[in-house]
Amino acid sequence: MSLFHVTRRGLLATGTALALTLGVISGAQAQTPTDVLIVGQIAEPKALDPAAVTAVNDFRILMNVYDGLVRYRDGTLEVEPALAESWEISEDGTEYTFTLREGIKFHDGSDFDAEAVKFNFDRMLNEDHPYHNTGPFPLSFFFSSIESTEVVDARTVRFTLNGPYAPFLSNLAYPTGLIVSPAAVMEHGTEFGRNPSGTGAFTFGEWRSNEAVVIEANPDYWDGAPELQAVVFRPITDANTRTAEMLAGGIDLMVEVPPVALSEFQGDAYTVHEQAGPHVWFLILNAKEGPFADVRVRQAANYAVNKEALVNEVLEGTAEVAAGPTPPAFAWAYNPDLEPYPYDPDKARELIAEAGAEGAELTFFVTEGGSGMLDPIAMGTAIQADLEAVGFDVKIETYEWNTFLGEVNPGLEGKADMAEMAWMTNDPDTLPFLALRTAAWPDQGGFNSGYYSNPEVDALLEAARVATDQDERARLYKEMQVIVQEDAPWVFVANWKQNAVTSDRVENFALQPSFFLLLDDVVKK
Amino acid sequence: MTGYILKRLLSAVPVLIGITIIVFLIMAMIPGDPATAILGSYATPGNVEKLNRDLGLDKPLVQQYVIWLGNMLTGDFGTSFALNRPVLDEVLERFNATLVLAGTAFVLCSFLGVIAGVISAANQYGAADKGITFVVLLGISIPSFFLGMMMILFFAVNLRWFPVSGMWPIYGDRTLGVLLSHLAMPATALAVVATGVIARLSRSAMLEVLRQDFIRTARAKGVHERGVIWRHALKAALVAIIPVLGIQAGFVLSGAVYIEIVFQWPGVGRMLVDAILKRDILLVQGGVVFVAACYVVFNIVVDVAQSLLDPRIKT
Repeated sequence: MSLFHVTRRGLLATGTALALTLGVISGAQAQTPTDVLIVGQIAEPKALDPAAVTAVNDFRILMNVYDGLVRYRDGTLEVEPALAESWEISEDGTEYTFTLREGIKFHDGSDFDAEAVKFNFDRMLNEDHPYHNTGPFPLSFFFSSIESTEVVDARTVRFTLNGPYAPFLSNLAYPTGLIVSPAAVMEHGTEFGRNPSGTGAFTFGEWRSNEAVVIEANPDYWDGAPELQAVVFRPITDANTRTAEMLAGGIDLMVEVPPVALSEFQGDAYTVHEQAGPHVWFLILNAKEGPFADVRVRQAANYAVNKEALVNEVLEGTAEVAAGPTPPAFAWAYNPDLEPYPYDPDKARELIAEAGAEGAELTFFVTEGGSGMLDPIAMGTAIQADLEAVGFDVKIETYEWNTFLGEVNPGLEGKADMAEMAWMTNDPDTLPFLALRTAAWPDQGGFNSGYYSNPEVDALLEAARVATDQDERARLYKEMQVIVQEDAPWVFVANWKQNAVTSDRVENFALQPSFFLLLDDVVKK
Repeated sequence: MTGYILKRLLSAVPVLIGITIIVFLIMAMIPGDPATAILGSYATPGNVEKLNRDLGLDKPLVQQYVIWLGNMLTGDFGTSFALNRPVLDEVLERFNATLVLAGTAFVLCSFLGVIAGVISAANQYGAADKGITFVVLLGISIPSFFLGMMMILFFAVNLRWFPVSGMWPIYGDRTLGVLLSHLAMPATALAVVATGVIARLSRSAMLEVLRQDFIRTARAKGVHERGVIWRHALKAALVAIIPVLGIQAGFVLSGAVYIEIVFQWPGVGRMLVDAILKRDILLVQGGVVFVAACYVVFNIVVDVAQSLLDPRIKT
């Protein structure tokens, strides 16, 4: 009998000893090294080839390894020179001539010149290009307006467009327009995405699958060498685990903090950063059939939904109420006179009664997750409750994200009256042009899944796209926003504020409205 | 004997072909395609069609299946869309990590479970039995992912004894000690439920044996109680316990999915979940076929081993 006691005690002793030993080993590692920033990312990157990827998660790394011809000025969504020193736009808006900065080399030692720029765009756009097979390039349609890229001389490159296209410059500032080293593409072929080479502030160090991507300071960076020695990007897909890593000191910078976890980071040991970005969360209303074919019912839905409660209660203040289709982050193109629809259930009931839509049955497509969708199920349920309070009968149908896109993108006709949706774009043109024009109905390859149609809006958007003067474009977009708000093809709900947490060892960090992560000025003690 | 092994191996071929057909059909039938997953909000019908063509997904299903199977027979599992690297490299690397985690958990739960079961049985209705039964039932009732999260909160965030997640540290040498410090929490969390099940079943197996005549004989002839329990009774009970261990090995391997997500362990379960969400068809197919093939081989080995131990099975 005594044996068992010994065994148990022995077991306990061994276990405790083991735990303590292991604890001591790992305890020594809790402190991350100085001058090396450890970033908790949300997923493993797909590739480090800017032309081949689509996810913000990958862009966060790429923006530090590559430069584009142009970039967004710090803290804005306005374009400024980067690898190009200056540019000229022809009178008719179809020719863009860039003068390139001199003496810049790619990390692999090859020269950055006009030939390299031409190589980049031909690789993406020209199916006969010898390195087109290093794709596919899913976002190459950003540059589908380019008819030809021409090397004028070593420092001058000219793009000829098939028509005036105002968003061209800001598309060049988007990660898809980042310039890669042609020599590295030739050397590594389809493996380039794992052996990247650009001109950016950091050079590629190593990529350990599912563990980390390491980038190291580029001492010769043309815009000043970074303060950090290296940055380590760790993919931590589970938000709770990411939060725990931040609390335990395993990472220095955490992106996309879940709203419920924000309260963990109060106090001096952490800094919470917030930045509104070019994001809008809305409900597509089916304007072709059913109750929402009547503009009064669409407006009623806008009055009925308590957006303040959504952003403050459901999203814990991580978003702001949206007033119209254009996010305020596009400062120059945003109409500041626009007031969001107030929460006014009585007004909503009145409008519904006027339209004779009392008790209308609505089918509401809700997604379980997806990029930029925030907390779609909780938000969907809250919206359902608000709409039922003014007399609608709302039936929710929930789909997994990919399935959801497959249902919504081809159009809501015959399936649903409303659907959740969210977009993050880089130019005020993109979303309205792809999702509000008559020529963007799904059968014509656009995203206007609710079949909104207003010839005035169409004309304004077409005109804004071909105008090369920014003030003129701004005027057109502002006018468009007023009309669209009045027509209410969507319920305008929220503009998301991206957030991040840094530990007290990190300084000089700021989030960008573009949602990119720029680390060349960051210091870590 | 050789004939029996050959027969078992041959019977595995239709099983494997069946698996390839099932996993291929499931991936073909679930809504959403890789192009939509890659393009996200930009998935216009036109863009989707072009990207599907670039990815080679516009061919008829039968043709896709034949190409996939043919390539696989030559050892080419294709390239993952979402990770842009060969499926086989990814699967092997990930499977390795899962084996380390599940293997450790299996060893833990086998030893602790059997020992706890034997102690319980030897002290039937005694304090030790009641205590162990209580702990064991608690262990069986707590979902492993919840236990994992609580362990992270307590041992990693508050006490800082162990690292929160991952298999290796970002910096420093890859020593066994470092691996063990990363392994301790996930392996324990994974082993808890299986330990409970094994302990309960070992206890009843032992109790049955302890009632038999040869135990009374052993005691009567003066064998020390320690010898009776551990040598005579346990040996006889193992016949009933070992099949349970075999079943639990399967549960530990599949339960690793949750643990791998909670602890960000770079294993094959987490890989498959990510791949399914991203509609990374080739990675899902390759991963499932590989894991299934391992199960089949494992089963054959167990069958053969059993037939060696017990000649009655070999018919």
